[in-house]
Amino acid sequence: MQYFRKPKNLGPMKDADAVGQVGNMVCGDVMKIYLKIKNKVITKATFETFGCVSAIASSSILTEMIKGKTIEEALKITKQDVIDALDGLPAIKIHCSVLATEALAKAVENYRKKI
Amino acid sequence: MKHKLIYADYAATTPIDKRVVRAMLPYFDKKYGNPASMHKMGQDNLIVLNKCRKIAADFIGANDNEIIFTGSASESNNLAIKGVMWATKNKGNHLIVSSVEHDCVLESAKWLSKNGFEVSYLPVDEYGMVDPKSVEKAIKKNTILVSVMQANNEIGTINPVSEIAKICHKKGVLFHTDAAQTCGKIEVNVQKIDADLLTASSHKMYGPKGAAFLYIKKGIKIEPWIHGGGQENGMRSSTVNMPAIVGFASAMEIAKKEMRAESFRLTKLRDKLIKEILLRIPTAKLNGHSEKRLPNNVSFRFAYIEGESIVYWLNEYGIMASTGSACSSPKLTPSHVLTACGLKKEEIHGSLRLSLGKETTEKDIDFIVEKLEIAVKKLNELSPFIKK
Repeated sequence: MQYFRKPKNLGPMKDADAVGQVGNMVCGDVMKIYLKIKNKVITKATFETFGCVSAIASSSILTEMIKGKTIEEALKITKQDVIDALDGLPAIKIHCSVLATEALAKAVENYRKKI
Repeated sequence: MKHKLIYADYAATTPIDKRVVRAMLPYFDKKYGNPASMHKMGQDNLIVLNKCRKIAADFIGANDNEIIFTGSASESNNLAIKGVMWATKNKGNHLIVSSVEHDCVLESAKWLSKNGFEVSYLPVDEYGMVDPKSVEKAIKKNTILVSVMQANNEIGTINPVSEIAKICHKKGVLFHTDAAQTCGKIEVNVQKIDADLLTASSHKMYGPKGAAFLYIKKGIKIEPWIHGGGQENGMRSSTVNMPAIVGFASAMEIAKKEMRAESFRLTKLRDKLIKEILLRIPTAKLNGHSEKRLPNNVSFRFAYIEGESIVYWLNEYGIMASTGSACSSPKLTPSHVLTACGLKKEEIHGSLRLSLGKETTEKDIDFIVEKLEIAVKKLNELSPFIKK
């Protein structure tokens, strides 16, 4: 819950090397992840999220988890890792954690296209 | 941070009035006789039960023998809709309900349509109101019953039920109204509405959960759904829940005396809350009608942020609010009421309902506005849809 109350790594990043956005307004959750990448290592990650408590917490904790990791390491993070890091999510909210890892994958895809 | 708890979810349920609790207590462990029993303890309670029935009848301007006590408004609505359609199936099989009814009405209608009945859904305007003309258009030769709620539980809009009833009767069709949200808040009178069936609920008006009634106008054929010992004139078998019914009756007596002044007070608080939110939060839009609405209902939608997150933040400050109706919260589907009002899905996701009641003070309103403004600001910072 602390990741909802005091979300870490909040807000857009002006000099981001990669941006990934998933979800849509219609389904009710939209997540945007910004990455700063140096020598294949994620040095900084921020996010913006339109969504419920679980969606905000998932994106917040994911940006914490990937900091300092290489792109390959970061991509290995599964939805279960996100859920575990949050000490569990209600069954009905599992899709929020999926959204977080998907946003990351989208950002990496965006990065790879650029280089 | 510890805050005083501010309950702003009276539309979901209300606390039981202390006077009601006192009235109920003897019926748990002292006057526990079954009114169906022949002995003194049973017969004494039968007399009390009939008194309660008289209180309920007086409360809505009906006769004693037109009141069937049930266990919940959902049960009353199920009995009204399925019971009438089933009992009259040889005459016609068409049911009309509004598209913003409570789930217990909509699900009853759905069940009927799966079982060979035909159901039409009335549209509503942007405020969630049913146009009587649309009722006239929807009525067909085989129409038996029209059901339109007196006021909506999510957005508080009050429907022109007496005009709708008039049209129904002109066409020889029965009219049922769900008054679960209006009883104890605005006047509910079956003569003035000219309703054939009406649902009332106890726990929305400071009575206990587990009690409700259905008014069935004398002479209307209805099929019971709970079969058994034949209680409630054979319409609802089940051992009578004496403490709950005594409590409900007590709540109705209190409401009769205090409702007018309390509704006047709540209307002022409601309007202040609406005005302040509109003034201080530019992304806020009012759901429902500005005047034809329940005295205690405030419903807003906020662009770019999600209702559940707002509810969560308010909860952090000790404010108990809800996104729409409390019963729909575990579902992820957007509110059928706001969808029927023509709102887009992305608008619906940002909805918040604050419903006020006896304990709400003007200070609470100030506190809610202050904290809501902070919560919305925080969530705006998170939102990918707001340019920073």
